[in-house]
Amino acid sequence: MALKIVKGSIDRMFDKNLQDLVRGIRNHKEDEAKYISTCIDEIKSELKQDNIAVKANAVCKLTYLQMLGYDVSWAAFNIVEVMSSSKFTFKRIGYLAASQCFHEGTDVIMLTTNQIRKDLSSPNQYDTGVALTGLSCFVTPDLARDLANDIMTLMSHTKPYIRKKAVLIMYKVFLKYPESLRPAFPRLKEKLEDPDPGVQSAAVNVICELARRNPKNYLSLAPLFFKLMTSSTNNWVLIKIIKLFGALTPLEPRLGKKLIEPLTNLIHSTSAMSLLYECVNTVIAVLISLSSGMPNHSASIQLCVQKLRILIEDSDQNLKYLGLLAMSKILKTHPKSVQSHKDLILQCLDDKDESIRLRALDLLYGMVSKKNLMEIVKKLMLHVDKAEGTTYRDELLTKIIDICSQSNYQYITNFEWYISILVELTRLEGTRHGHLIASQMLDVAIRVKAIRGFAVAQMATLLDNAHLLTGNTQRNGICEVLYAAAWICGEFSEHLEDPKQTLEAMLRPKVATLPGHIQAVYVQNAAKLFATVLRNQEGAPEAAQETSQLMIERLPLFVQSANLEVQERASCILQLVKYIQKLQQKDVEVAEEVTALFAGELNPVAPKAQKKVPIPDGLDLDAWINEPPSESESEDEKPKAVFAREEPKHTRTRHTEVDEKELAKRREARKQEQANNPFYIKASPSSQKVYQDAPGVEHIPVVQIDLSVPLKVPDQYVKMEEERRQKDNDKKKKEKKRKRDKRGRGKHADSGPESEEDITPAQQVDIMTEEMPENALPSDDDDKDPNDPHKALDIDLDKPLADSEQLVARTHRSAEVLKSPGGDGDGETITPEPKKKTRKDKKEKKKVKDKERTRSAEDKKNKKKHKHDPEEEEAKIEEAITLVNAEEAQPAAAADLDFWLTTDAAPSSAQEAVAATIPEVPIEAEPSEVKEAEPEEMKSKHKKKKPKKEKEEMEREKKKKKKRHHHHRSDREETESVQNGTMEEEEEEPLPPMSNYCLLAENDYIKMIKQEKDKVYDIQGNLQDGSQVVVSIIFQNKSSSVLKSMEFNVLDSLNSKLERPEGATPHDALTVPFQLPPDVSNEARFVFAVQSIVMPQKLKGTLTFIVKSDDSATHEKLDFKLHFTCTSYLITTPCYSDAYAKLLESGDLKSSSLKLEGVTMPFHHSLARICFHHHFSVVERVDSCASMYSRSIQGHHVCLLVKTADETVSIDAKCDELMLLENVLDEIKQTFSQS
Amino acid sequence: MIKAILIFNNHGKPRLSKFYEHYSEDTEQQIIRETFHLVSKRDENVCNFLEGGILIGGSDNKLIYRHYATLYFVFCVDSSESELGILDLIQVFVETLDKCFENVCELDLIFHVDKVHNILGEMVMGGMVLETNMNEIITQVDSQNKMEKSEYPVTAQGFIPRASCSKLAGLMLKEPLLSVSYVWPSVIPVTFEQLSSHIYIN
Repeated sequence: MALKIVKGSIDRMFDKNLQDLVRGIRNHKEDEAKYISTCIDEIKSELKQDNIAVKANAVCKLTYLQMLGYDVSWAAFNIVEVMSSSKFTFKRIGYLAASQCFHEGTDVIMLTTNQIRKDLSSPNQYDTGVALTGLSCFVTPDLARDLANDIMTLMSHTKPYIRKKAVLIMYKVFLKYPESLRPAFPRLKEKLEDPDPGVQSAAVNVICELARRNPKNYLSLAPLFFKLMTSSTNNWVLIKIIKLFGALTPLEPRLGKKLIEPLTNLIHSTSAMSLLYECVNTVIAVLISLSSGMPNHSASIQLCVQKLRILIEDSDQNLKYLGLLAMSKILKTHPKSVQSHKDLILQCLDDKDESIRLRALDLLYGMVSKKNLMEIVKKLMLHVDKAEGTTYRDELLTKIIDICSQSNYQYITNFEWYISILVELTRLEGTRHGHLIASQMLDVAIRVKAIRGFAVAQMATLLDNAHLLTGNTQRNGICEVLYAAAWICGEFSEHLEDPKQTLEAMLRPKVATLPGHIQAVYVQNAAKLFATVLRNQEGAPEAAQETSQLMIERLPLFVQSANLEVQERASCILQLVKYIQKLQQKDVEVAEEVTALFAGELNPVAPKAQKKVPIPDGLDLDAWINEPPSESESEDEKPKAVFAREEPKHTRTRHTEVDEKELAKRREARKQEQANNPFYIKASPSSQKVYQDAPGVEHIPVVQIDLSVPLKVPDQYVKMEEERRQKDNDKKKKEKKRKRDKRGRGKHADSGPESEEDITPAQQVDIMTEEMPENALPSDDDDKDPNDPHKALDIDLDKPLADSEQLVARTHRSAEVLKSPGGDGDGETITPEPKKKTRKDKKEKKKVKDKERTRSAEDKKNKKKHKHDPEEEEAKIEEAITLVNAEEAQPAAAADLDFWLTTDAAPSSAQEAVAATIPEVPIEAEPSEVKEAEPEEMKSKHKKKKPKKEKEEMEREKKKKKKRHHHHRSDREETESVQNGTMEEEEEEPLPPMSNYCLLAENDYIKMIKQEKDKVYDIQGNLQDGSQVVVSIIFQNKSSSVLKSMEFNVLDSLNSKLERPEGATPHDALTVPFQLPPDVSNEARFVFAVQSIVMPQKLKGTLTFIVKSDDSATHEKLDFKLHFTCTSYLITTPCYSDAYAKLLESGDLKSSSLKLEGVTMPFHHSLARICFHHHFSVVERVDSCASMYSRSIQGHHVCLLVKTADETVSIDAKCDELMLLENVLDEIKQTFSQS
Repeated sequence: MIKAILIFNNHGKPRLSKFYEHYSEDTEQQIIRETFHLVSKRDENVCNFLEGGILIGGSDNKLIYRHYATLYFVFCVDSSESELGILDLIQVFVETLDKCFENVCELDLIFHVDKVHNILGEMVMGGMVLETNMNEIITQVDSQNKMEKSEYPVTAQGFIPRASCSKLAGLMLKEPLLSVSYVWPSVIPVTFEQLSSHIYIN
């Protein structure tokens, strides 16, 4: 202190500055904590001083101490004081400290709001900058709400330095205050095209970060980003954009198609490895999204794989690592292209870098096939031997097991080999994964019945050599395998060659050193073995007594165990054996009864089975079950459950017969009983017995396996397997040859390597599928985090801003606002608003006019005394409203995107759009009698009653042969067309049959047929829903198995969404509400919400289902594409010629035309065609000229004037939506070109 | 997003820590310790990525690090960042430090962690990359330092107090992070020559 006074200078007021503190700490290495605590005391006293410089210095030191792990939150208020200093030097210290230790829980943070606002509008750009940087670290919801507007203003600051910081911090603001996203978004979007590259890059950064979490809201920005991608040269920006596209493509496959070319160009041209890598990654994402049916992309895959190979071969470990990482993504969809690089991957296993080895292991997982599994595992086993350090070795071990067990042991052809691999793995000392090996042993032994004999023999050897495994006390994880070995030997003891020897091995004193839970299994299974031994020794009472004696001698060791479980079981069994011995001494045959103790077999149950049992209807789990019991519980229920095995047939039939109510009742009764019985856990049926009820056990073929196979190294099995395959192959080749000879055609002999299918499994092993309850509930996604802050940012950005959403400008701060250096204060945020309004107003006015016009037309219609119900009138008005809303913004944006995405595909339609005016329609005053087409629903109902007929119809789709079956149908169509056309045509030649069914997709199991015409406009459709379209799909089972658990899913596009039940996410599948027995078809309807109807839509979808035959059940899937043509949005609507004329006169309609040449069919056929396929109705027809009308579900009027002359049909058309019109015309053209 | 930026030396002593999500001081120290444990046992010639992001929010995260002389620079990032881009960002960071401190060495970071923070603040903001252009960063840092000097000439010492610490500091601490001139026996610094082959962004 004295020194300080002597120096006298204000600058030397500090006892210590940061450097002194650091130096001091370094000099007090021995008593650092003590030294620091004295320093903190000094800091505390410094903070009490009034001098801001002293305070700032103290805060600076605190920041350093915070890094060392000291809590400095007690100084939060002082930090705020330093932050509010007018000097930049101190301000910066304050903000730094705040950014390091403030968080949402800091209470003084609310004091900073005004200070921060002041700094944000400071004339000094560095004050603003430092405030923004600090705020980005500690922004809270309150701060975000209060400051959002100020920051938004800064996004248009004159200095790029501020602009880029303001843009970047907006992301944090959005996260904390999601309401700010929509008002701020337009400006953020603007910044994508900021002249300053730094600001641009910041905007890209923010939008990418937003889009990554909720990509579908940002699809409409794709064209803009596409432009940036093709124009930018900044690799940092390019990488972000390309990464963003990687997130967008799964939502919109058309985007992917557009991206392939520029990305491929970049891959070829760039020298920057980072950019190359990201391009490859996004191309992979595109290819994944396009995975079905794009043959011409094999070149892109090849390019990716080839580039990745270059990366992997690079000496730079980073590139190698990333190459392998990207390779694993390709592997998922295009395994073949990766598999050819197996050599390279295996080479990476030898890399000195563990990360790279692990990546290579990951890849191997996807690369195995039946053919190479053994080879790959053999290589891995070599690595296991070489691997030092247990972590990598453990990783290898788990990978070997993963690789072998993947997809239900799909690639294992020889389970003997696999068991011996597992046994081999038990030799690893010190591994943590003993339980993994154990569970595999158990799983294989239980589920692969044919292997049990072999497995038991191997396990017996393991038990015999248990001392080798337990060498290293209890910490050795590998002894877990003894758990499996003991259980397998006990459970399947009938396969044991010498059960007595195994029994002795299990009762060795050394066993007592094993962990308790393993000992418990030993004891229990010793009892099982004992039963088997007794059975074998029937007729040899002395030997049997000897065995009992052995048990009685050895078991006391376990009775003394400290482990409760072991002790309990041991003493139980000991008493039992003693009793048995007594009986034996009386010469009673006990073997039978002892065996009965362990009768029964196990059936594997799927891990989630319990969770998936659906709650039966009418059962309320929360309801009070346990009203005081008035009746005596049903005694006879219990024994039934316990001895279910005795009447398996009965129980099985019950499965199907018992209805839900009865089940619920029974369950209720059981619960009551259990609740009253304190021992109900014991009384309830043991799991072992429950499994018995399930069907399926009988279907497992049992194959005899030579039990005398000794434990050998896996190599032998590999050889054996190879020999076997060779033999198999030879045989097959011979057979093939014979066949070929018979046919006498010398096709090329397949001398190539044996293909996957050529390998037949050694055993006809049928792996039992794990059981799931009937009607299991669809999987629930537990992986979604409800607390994810990004969920709140799932906001539709294309909707127009409502007034209420504008960020509130704080007018009472006007003085500060004036100081704002940007020059464009809050004024600018408000200005766009009135502009928008006027536009909206105009639109509205126009619509009102429209509406009036439609109405007047309709009024006239009504005057014509035709029965028009008022409901329809209402619907019309609503439609008009929908139209107004629909046109406003969102569908427009969607349409823009659609247009951008399809520009490549549809330039022809644009060329055809030659403006044409519809000439005056020759009007005859008399309105023709036009009836509305038969309601679609009736039709389909009609069909449902006649599934047979329907099937035939489908067959006709395929072959078009059995025409004669369709009299009924074509008759009806004829009358329909007659109704649509004018009456006089009757004598003309009959119309060819037309069908509105189209094949959607088919495979070996199922055929999906879509009824095109079927659609319903939802009159109740509210403003935002747009319209709904119902699609009827007929599912026809072509196989001889039952198809069940069908799930229908469609990848929603921006415009069309499958209506899912409430609470379902957009990725959830809909369950088809029926099962299909063989050769049966049924119809299901799916409702789609459609936003814009002016463009045709294609939706990709998948149908997954389970093919259940007698002895197996496989999952299958079928991909399909749903095509919503514009036609399908049209409803056949009658129109009267005068209303029609009014409509044409109004002049609001845009026109287009179409010429069809070479149309040879009679004119009335052409008209019928248009009526039938495109849902038009004929308004009038005069000779070779007809006017037609239709209306879209969103109320667009479509008028056609069709004329014919010299095999040419020309169509002049008008519609209030040009895009819609052109698409409809296109579709008409297609209909005619198909004929 | 960048979740955290850590700088620690070969012994795990933190030289700078910047977390873009809030953790308690104890958790922060634990994260630093465990990250050091993961990173320090890796050889020099292995890849610079580690999938050990369990410490900071989930499996989406990666540790991307570079080792310069006596210091480890570790960035914990999620999947929205380009791995190679971040490696280059670390390089930009170190080169910027080198420019600002003139042959930066560990000692500079020990005594001027606040200045390192200020430089970092011009590069990364709230976990997002703000600026990657070294000249732009240096310009901004310099003009802010100038402002500081004009405000408060005495406290705002220059960037070179190294002479005053030389008595205390061992040789190792003064080893330039970016240099070939001095090679500490156990640690081979990444040299400029080597570096040129490790630039991915351009």
